[in-house]
Amino acid sequence: MNLNLDDAEVAELYQELIVDHSRRPRNFRRLERATHHAEGFNPLCGDKVTVYLELEKDIVREVTFEGEGCAISKASASLMTESIKGRSRTEVTRLFSRFRDVASGVNNADLADLGKLAAFSGLRGFPTRVKCATLAWHTLHAALDKTTSIVSTE
Amino acid sequence: MSALRVLKSTEFDLVTIRRDFPALHQKVHGKPLVYLDNAATTQKPSAVIEAVDRFYRFDCSNVHRAVHALSDRATMAYENARTTVKQFINARSEREIIFVRGATEGINLVMNSYGRMRTVPGSEILISTLEHHSNIVPWQLLAEQTGARLIVVPIRDTGEVILEEFERRLGSNTLLVAVAHVSNALGTVVPVKEIIKMAHAREVPVLLDGAQAIPHMRVDVQDLECDFYAFSGHKVFGPTGIGVLYGREQLLEGMPPYQGGGDMIRSVTFEKTIYNELPYKFEAGTPHIAGAIGLGAALQYISQIGIDRAAAHERKLLGYATDLLSTIPGLRLIGTAREKVGVLSFVLDGIHPHDVGTILDRNGIAVRTGHHCAQPVMERFGVPATTRASLAFYNSKAEMDALANSIRRVQKLFAA
Repeated sequence: MNLNLDDAEVAELYQELIVDHSRRPRNFRRLERATHHAEGFNPLCGDKVTVYLELEKDIVREVTFEGEGCAISKASASLMTESIKGRSRTEVTRLFSRFRDVASGVNNADLADLGKLAAFSGLRGFPTRVKCATLAWHTLHAALDKTTSIVSTE
Repeated sequence: MSALRVLKSTEFDLVTIRRDFPALHQKVHGKPLVYLDNAATTQKPSAVIEAVDRFYRFDCSNVHRAVHALSDRATMAYENARTTVKQFINARSEREIIFVRGATEGINLVMNSYGRMRTVPGSEILISTLEHHSNIVPWQLLAEQTGARLIVVPIRDTGEVILEEFERRLGSNTLLVAVAHVSNALGTVVPVKEIIKMAHAREVPVLLDGAQAIPHMRVDVQDLECDFYAFSGHKVFGPTGIGVLYGREQLLEGMPPYQGGGDMIRSVTFEKTIYNELPYKFEAGTPHIAGAIGLGAALQYISQIGIDRAAAHERKLLGYATDLLSTIPGLRLIGTAREKVGVLSFVLDGIHPHDVGTILDRNGIAVRTGHHCAQPVMERFGVPATTRASLAFYNSKAEMDALANSIRRVQKLFAA
């Protein structure tokens, strides 16, 4: 895609991978056999997400999501589902912690372990958008904790 | 040079007027600022900034208190501001002008004082789908606490209040009609004169939430015949934290105080307290003196530019921008009432407003994205949020072009 943008930071935020996942989110469906699920909500912008998990002995066998929101929140949820499938609960928690640091610009030194999620390092120039990217992850966390209440970013 | 001294002709001298607003002349992300978030708050002219500065530099003192010179000057300036407000909205008397924190507090004052005094179980408060949360939630609180009911009048697909539906819902249980004069999310100008006529025919008083009307049009409370009118200073080029509740004197006289404290009393003993006269009965505690003075300066500034001239400029600008945005494929304007002020609320096919807002910001364009504190309006149009560009008289055609160009760039970025 030719972004044709003279703003390098915008180009970095809305890079091809993110725009693609926002337009064609992966694993975007309800999971009937889910063992865990939770809803997340950002009252400031109205973003909503439901994360469904199928856990087998602490391993994420399947993960899907539903919801509506901006490109960043959709792409984040979509890439999250791709990157946690097959991982253990502990690995997922560690990944979330790394993702949060990278999204908020705390630690951008080594992105190698993040795979596609490194695309969100562009968020560091947009502090107001960090919550968009972390909503799905907070919701995932709540699902893992078997929290049934609604998660809110506020 | 100030526009006040230069503008003598009927010409609307935009270049000179823009010079009066220091904040407009800055770059954001390396681009000239295009400020189109005026429905959230307006920028301040130097006249306002200087009036507030002068108060704190030279006249800082409490009002209605001491005999010394500074207190005298502060009191004079504060009360002169009240007179300016009275003249600006053509109230009958300064006793009808109560300084509050903003439109929200003005509405809460009416709810707490008039509402609680008059409500009986089954009382109905009539509002419309268009309301800002500030004209919904206070009435829900009243309903929860007193058994009153909130009745909502629907709107058309254009964003216009349906007058027949309004009339149908007025009844013997209606305690108060509380409606926006102008919708913050859509820009619709509500036909409040007709609504007031209908309500008064049934002896129902009417409160107007004027927060979005006051910066855009001449407001004459006697001509409107409204019973209460609330507005915020910061949306009309004045400071934040100050606003006005106008109330008809006869109604205010019969209402109990809203808050208790200093300045609102005539005499206090532990056995009995006698309340002060209007408007002080409703102004407990030290008021926002600098804010009131700044608001007075703002209203004088607008009067000298000419509210009708400013409104005519805005109307042309709105027409130009509406035509411009209508040519963009995939853009849907939300709110297409025949009578509108300068609000352009829109959605783009397949692109979330939040992403639009971020990219516009990087182009120096400040707009609001979200539900605009009017979630029922968003629900009515089936959208979670919109992007809203809201105009003031200092905006230009060139800024509308910049908006349209940036929207096209957003679409390009998200093109399949």
